[in-house]
Amino acid sequence: MTTSLPVEHGAEPTGTEDNYLTCDRGIKSWIFTLDHKRIGVMYLIFTMGSFLLGGVFALLLRTELLTPQKTIMDADTYNQMFTLHGAVMVFLFIIPGIPAAMGNFVLPIMLGAKDMAFPRLNLASLYLYVLGAVFAVLAIAMGGVDTGWTFYTPYSTETNTAVIPMTIGAFILGFSSVFTGINFIVTVQKLRPKGMTWFKMPLMLWSLYATAIIQILATPVLGITLLLLIIERALGVGIFDPALGGDPVLYQHFFWFYSHPAVYIMILPAMGIISEIISPFSRKHIFGYTFIAFSSIAIALLSFLVWGHHMFTSTQSPLASTIFSALTFSVAIPSAVKVFNWLATMFRGRLVLKTPMLWVLGFIFLFGIGGLTGLFLGALATDIHVHDTYFVVAHFHYTMFGGPVMAMMGGLFYWWPKFFGRMYKENWGRLSALLVFTGFNLTFFPQFIMGIRGMPRRYFNYPEKFEIFHQLSTIGSYVLAFGFLVVFFTLVHSLFRGKKAPANPWGSATLEWRCPSPPPHENFIEPPLVTDPYDFSILEYDEASDCYHLKPSAKLAEDGEVA
Amino acid sequence: MSDHEPDHNPHVAHHYETEKQQFESGKLGMWVFLVTEILLFGGLFCWYAIYRANHPEVFIYASRYLDKVLGGINTIILICSSLTMAWAVRAAQMGNNKLVVRMILVTLLCACGFLGIKAVEYNHKLNAGLTPGRHYAPRHEEQAGADPAVVDPASAAGDANPPVAPPDDDKSLIAPAARGPEGLNLGEEKAQGEQVPDNVALFFSIYWVMTGLHGLHVLAGMGVMIWLLLRAKRGEFGPHNFLAVDCGALYWHVVDLVWIFLFPLLYLID
Amino acid sequence: MTTAGSSDAHLSHVHIVPPKVLLAVWGALLALTVVTVAVTTVDLGEFNLVVALLIATVKATLVALYFMHLRWDRPFNGVIFLIAIVTTFLFITIALLDSKEYQPTLDEGQAPGLVK
Repeated sequence: MTTSLPVEHGAEPTGTEDNYLTCDRGIKSWIFTLDHKRIGVMYLIFTMGSFLLGGVFALLLRTELLTPQKTIMDADTYNQMFTLHGAVMVFLFIIPGIPAAMGNFVLPIMLGAKDMAFPRLNLASLYLYVLGAVFAVLAIAMGGVDTGWTFYTPYSTETNTAVIPMTIGAFILGFSSVFTGINFIVTVQKLRPKGMTWFKMPLMLWSLYATAIIQILATPVLGITLLLLIIERALGVGIFDPALGGDPVLYQHFFWFYSHPAVYIMILPAMGIISEIISPFSRKHIFGYTFIAFSSIAIALLSFLVWGHHMFTSTQSPLASTIFSALTFSVAIPSAVKVFNWLATMFRGRLVLKTPMLWVLGFIFLFGIGGLTGLFLGALATDIHVHDTYFVVAHFHYTMFGGPVMAMMGGLFYWWPKFFGRMYKENWGRLSALLVFTGFNLTFFPQFIMGIRGMPRRYFNYPEKFEIFHQLSTIGSYVLAFGFLVVFFTLVHSLFRGKKAPANPWGSATLEWRCPSPPPHENFIEPPLVTDPYDFSILEYDEASDCYHLKPSAKLAEDGEVA
Repeated sequence: MSDHEPDHNPHVAHHYETEKQQFESGKLGMWVFLVTEILLFGGLFCWYAIYRANHPEVFIYASRYLDKVLGGINTIILICSSLTMAWAVRAAQMGNNKLVVRMILVTLLCACGFLGIKAVEYNHKLNAGLTPGRHYAPRHEEQAGADPAVVDPASAAGDANPPVAPPDDDKSLIAPAARGPEGLNLGEEKAQGEQVPDNVALFFSIYWVMTGLHGLHVLAGMGVMIWLLLRAKRGEFGPHNFLAVDCGALYWHVVDLVWIFLFPLLYLID
Repeated sequence: MTTAGSSDAHLSHVHIVPPKVLLAVWGALLALTVVTVAVTTVDLGEFNLVVALLIATVKATLVALYFMHLRWDRPFNGVIFLIAIVTTFLFITIALLDSKEYQPTLDEGQAPGLVK
């Protein structure tokens, strides 16, 4: 290690160097690739496709709710639409979205590894995802499902819609998620290069590790739940359906034992992205690194102790409800630890309001509202009042959309130059963030008001007094959709017309910005130097190439340290 | 494991630095995978626990239809197969591929034996109509005539221990099934005062699903072993390269572990 | 980069279980199987279940420690295994306790409670 390392900023794409996109050509080189970056990109395409599908369902729902009576669809179609919207968004978009698409791409590079620990397992996970998606599409083709994404029994046992294909799809998607989780855990534990200690890891990796813990421990229970549901439907076995001697509340225990932790599968990687973006865009070291790191693990562990808060009105015992309610509040502690640390990071920082940072600011604002309204729902008495109303709908959209989707978009704009080696038009990116933020609030804020006034969720028609709120909400959803169109256009435009991205356009200190954009097949030409992921004093700006480089002095110091 | 650098250990994939790193990654990955297996079965054990606690009478009554002898033999077979599998790992570690082949062959034979006995049991249940859910339709006469292996409930009813009706305050809060187990309760038994609990089908549902999922895992394990067998025949394993046998064995032991719990919980209730 | 020759130094991670240990564990497992069947002939009431589960746990521990090498493996793998078991227990215990205490009704004649 005493020999001088090659200058990493000599990594401007010259057109002659091969990167992961150009090193192999042809469709087969994608289908059978073992490269985590290509798998990540394919995941990105599929999850974004699912997002579009789920989004179309959402727009149809909102259009139906424009008037108190039937607008464009009948009640049964409406039931199927909200089920498909939920199922597609949850199982096909948010859960694999950040970990499988972005995590796959950035995890090994941030770690300084050449690939995931098990590249074949990684590819198998993608195949399973596609297979699961095929089953979901099959369910839609066979007439859809109208149970809600939770498949609550006894209705899901008795309805004559295509529950079995949809649950088989979700079952397979669960395995896909498990395989990703196994890869994340082993990669983070075993593939850390020399110098990369646990506490030199970027916070994104802590988040992904915590996510993987949940994927491993919770997803199999979803698998068995759906399997039992399928068996109950197919063979009339009395597990959950009281008409057959089963226990419907047991289904809810089974389901939420997975599905509550699953909401942390959605939010934890999002929090990781926020930690990654907020520090370089405040030009300041992240505040409270260890607190943020451990709060991820704490959230993962606490997530297994709160599932009963979905069952306050399901004849769950009062004792269990009380305990679950108390534990639910305790999740607010590590979540707040993160938010305060992010705010402290920004405090007296030099904020760079570029596109990724705008999404992050949106995240903090929306997730704050989502998290605080979660406390209303965690409290037993209030929950019984607002249970199954639009208040709940608004709450989880503020956390699930205002959280993961905002963060995912932030991450997409942040890593886009790294993924594809192109810069997008900054102002278009900013406009899209603004549009989505406005549209989102216009869509979901009125739903809080409706909910608290008693508008129940999942209804096709409603009393006229709610009309104005529903109309605001529908208009908001159109603004939201337009915002995403701008996102799509901005990013696709950059692929064809964007200028070539330098290795480190943002001045971030994590390792993925030390390799060229896009990265070569094995990520690094030489093993990278591991430095503090949030120490920007080692970087200097080079105006000629519009790129940040490691200061030579920093290298020498590090060399000495490593040697 | 595409292309290897010239100075790279041929047993080590390109993205690992050392053999040890690769070995430990593989082991860690396998253990994490086993966690998911345990939790998968954990859901079934939860189902079992809740109904056993709330409807003990069903389990006491219906478990008599399972054959303890066959179940016991199967337990012993699986324990033996675990031994041979552990021995196969030992042989692979020492590079004795011939012994690996032999040990895996014995394990495979045990697995076949296990499934064979399971098939006999399943066949009895099918013939007697002791099938899960709405297919539950016990046929008493045929079963008594054709299958000596299945304990005849009529003679069991004559035992000193008639099925225990649970005390009232212990009774399930869950209402009895709307569809009772019509057919099982024959007039003859009623005359003798035999009380057949409601919803006996529940036990057989649990029995079929739990042993069925376990059986599927046995099948998958056999697939893994055939793969290992072929590799051992090519003489691939040695002190530097036995991870596959090791992980295959870990999987097989978990299959054994699940059965170690299933056997007393399903067969030895009475 | 490690070459095949120098990696012999890393063989410390390989532990070969001696045949005696394997056979002893096997014998113990068989003996415990006989015991668990034999115990069922004695009526201990509630304790039959407890004894059966205890014996099964001992057997499982033997398999995990010796056949699955946990005794000599990296402790972290054992921790992972324990986490799986603890999580399963957490799930079963809470669901089981709750199933004993369901509220019969939330709102008399309204909510779909389970009637005693």
